[in-house]
Amino acid sequence: MNLSDAGLSALRSLRANKLRSALTTLGIIIGVGAVITMLAVGEGAGRLVAEQLKSLGSNTLVIFPGTVTSSGVRLGAGSRNTLTENDAQAIREETPGVLAVAPALRGTGQLVYGNLNWSSVIYGIDADYLPARDWSIARGRGFDASELRGGDKVALVGQTVADMLFGGTDPTGQTMRVKNVPFTIVGLLAPKGQNFMGQDQDDVVLIPLNTARGRIIGQAQGRLRSVGHINVKMRDGTDTREAEASIRELLRQRHRLAPDKEDDFNIRNLSEIVAAEQAASTALSALLAAIASVSLLVGGIGIMNIMLVSVTERTREIGIRMAVGARPRDILAQFLAEAIILSLIGAIAGLALGLGGSMALEKWAGWSIVIRLDAVLLAVAAASTVGIFFGWYPARKAARMAPIDALRYD
Amino acid sequence: MSALIEVRKLSRTYRLGEITVHALKGVSLDIRQGEFVAIMGPSGSGKSTFLNLLGCLDVADTGSYRLNGETVTGLQAEALAGIRNRHMGFVFQSFNLLPRSSAQENVELPLVYARVPAAERRRRAREKLALVGLAERAQHRPAQLSGGQQQRVAIARALVNEPPLILADEPTGALDTRTSQELMDLFSRLNGAGITIVLVTHEPDIAAYARRILVFRDGELVEDRPLPARPTDPETQP
Repeated sequence: MNLSDAGLSALRSLRANKLRSALTTLGIIIGVGAVITMLAVGEGAGRLVAEQLKSLGSNTLVIFPGTVTSSGVRLGAGSRNTLTENDAQAIREETPGVLAVAPALRGTGQLVYGNLNWSSVIYGIDADYLPARDWSIARGRGFDASELRGGDKVALVGQTVADMLFGGTDPTGQTMRVKNVPFTIVGLLAPKGQNFMGQDQDDVVLIPLNTARGRIIGQAQGRLRSVGHINVKMRDGTDTREAEASIRELLRQRHRLAPDKEDDFNIRNLSEIVAAEQAASTALSALLAAIASVSLLVGGIGIMNIMLVSVTERTREIGIRMAVGARPRDILAQFLAEAIILSLIGAIAGLALGLGGSMALEKWAGWSIVIRLDAVLLAVAAASTVGIFFGWYPARKAARMAPIDALRYD
Repeated sequence: MSALIEVRKLSRTYRLGEITVHALKGVSLDIRQGEFVAIMGPSGSGKSTFLNLLGCLDVADTGSYRLNGETVTGLQAEALAGIRNRHMGFVFQSFNLLPRSSAQENVELPLVYARVPAAERRRRAREKLALVGLAERAQHRPAQLSGGQQQRVAIARALVNEPPLILADEPTGALDTRTSQELMDLFSRLNGAGITIVLVTHEPDIAAYARRILVFRDGELVEDRPLPARPTDPETQP
C-alpha cells in the first residue's frame, strides 16, 4: 500500500464517520487555536513591556542623593543635596563606557498660557539629558550651548503639557509662564507614554539647569552646584553592574566617606529593572503557552481514544485486509494516516481559529498581540507530532493483530 | 509433478483458560498442483484449523509446511502476508467483503497490497469480475448484491492476483442450494483451468464436486480418498 492509497483509504473511513471525526478533530482545533492565540498574546505583552522599558532608557543608571540622619531621624531620599555637577563631570571623565551623564534638578510648578493653567513636573537639564534618556524632539529644536550656559528662559514641553495648554496647536515659539516667569517654548518632545509604574512621562517641562537653579527650582541648602539626580547612560554592551560599582567607588572617594560609613547617595540600575520585567513577561508567555499546550495534549488523547475505538470496530476489516495480503506495516500506515489527517485538519482549522481569535482580541478587547511565523509553525508542528504520537499506539495495536483472530472477531 | 502443498506432522493447540485444546494432532499430507480437494468432518474436527494453517492465517505449533517448494514454517508476519497475497486466494462462508467499498474496489484490494499501479488494478479487477459474470455490477456495494453475487465478488478477489491456490472455508454455507450449485460449477471451471482448490465443507453434495476427499476427526486425518468425476449436468443431482 503506497502513501496515496493509505491517505485515500484514511479519508474514506473518516468520511464514513463524519460527526465523530469532526468532534475528534475539534480537540486539536481548540488546542492549536489556543496555542497560537496565547503565543500571540504573550508576545504582544512582551513587546509592550519592552517598548515601555525602552522609553525609560536602557543601559541607564540614575544616581539620587542619599538620606541624612538627624538626631536618629532618617529624613528620606534627597533630604540632603550630596550630588553636584562636579560629581557628574567626574563620572563623565573617569568611568569607562559612559555615553552621557546628565545632572538634573526636579521640581513642580504651575504653568500658565493665556487663560489656561496646568501643574507639571519641571526638570532643569544640561546638554546630555535628552541623549541619556533616549528622548528626541518632535518639533522645534533643543537648547543650544549659549542658552544652557546663560540660563536663558527657554523651555521644551512634553506632549501632555502641549495638549493641556495649547489644545493640540503648535506650542513652539509661544511664550508661557512657569511659576510666573515667562519662558519661550523652543521645542516639543516626542511622546514617550507611561513608564512601567504608570506615570505619564509626557507631563513635563524641560528648562536649562542654570535657569532652574537660579529662578525656578532653587536650592534650599544653597550648595552652589548641587543637582537633584544624575542620569548616566552607558554604551550598549557595557556591564551596568560594573559601571555601578565603579561610580560608587568614585563618589565615595569624592565625598570622602570612611569605609565604615554608608553611601550618601543611591544608584538605581534601570537595566536590572528592565531585565526583571522582561523575564517576567517571558515567564508569562511561557505560562500561557504551557496552558494552551495542555489543551493540545487533551486533543491528542481524544484522537487516541477514538482511534482505539475505530481499531476495535474495524477488527474484521483488518482481518480481511490481512487475509488478502496486507502486511502489518500496511495496516500501521493506514491507521496512522487517519490519525495524522485528523491532526492536520485540526491544525489547519485551529490555525484559522487562532489567527481569527488573536485578531478579535486585538480589535474588540484592545489587547496587544504579535503573531509570529515561528509560533504558528510551532503550533502546527506540535499538532502533527501529537497526531503521530497518539495515533501510533492504536495503529500498532491494529498492525499486531493475528489475522485469524481479527477475521473471527464479531 | 511436485507437490504444491507439503505438510508434515502439523499440530496446533489452543489454550482456553485452564484447558488445552488439541485442534490438530500431527497431520501429514501432500496436495499437488491442480487438485480439487474437499475437507470434511464434524465441527471441532480440526478441518478449519487445518485450512487456516494452509492459508497462513494461523501458525502451527509444531510440524512443517512447504508451499510451492518454499518453507513457510517460521516466517514472520510480514513474509506471511506476502505469501497470502501472491500464492493464494480466500473464499469465506461470510464473504468478508469490505462493506463500504464497491465490488470493483473489493476485487482490487489484493493488488493494492501487491503495489500494482491504479490503472492496472482497475483493468485486472474488471477482467475477473467479468469472469465471474458480474461485470455489470462492478460499482455496487456488497449490501446491494445477493449472497451468491457477493460470493462471486469474493472469488474474483481471490483470483485477481493470479494465485495457484484457492482456499475456501464453507463457501456455500450461507447460500441456497441452487446458488450453491452455480458457485460449485464456477469452482469446477476454475479447477479445470489449472487452479488448485481446497475447500472445507460438511455437506456431501458440495464435497462431491471435488476429486479428493479428506476426512478429519478429533484433529486427525482419518480418511483420504479420491473421488470419481461427477456427471456434468447439475440438474440430475438430487
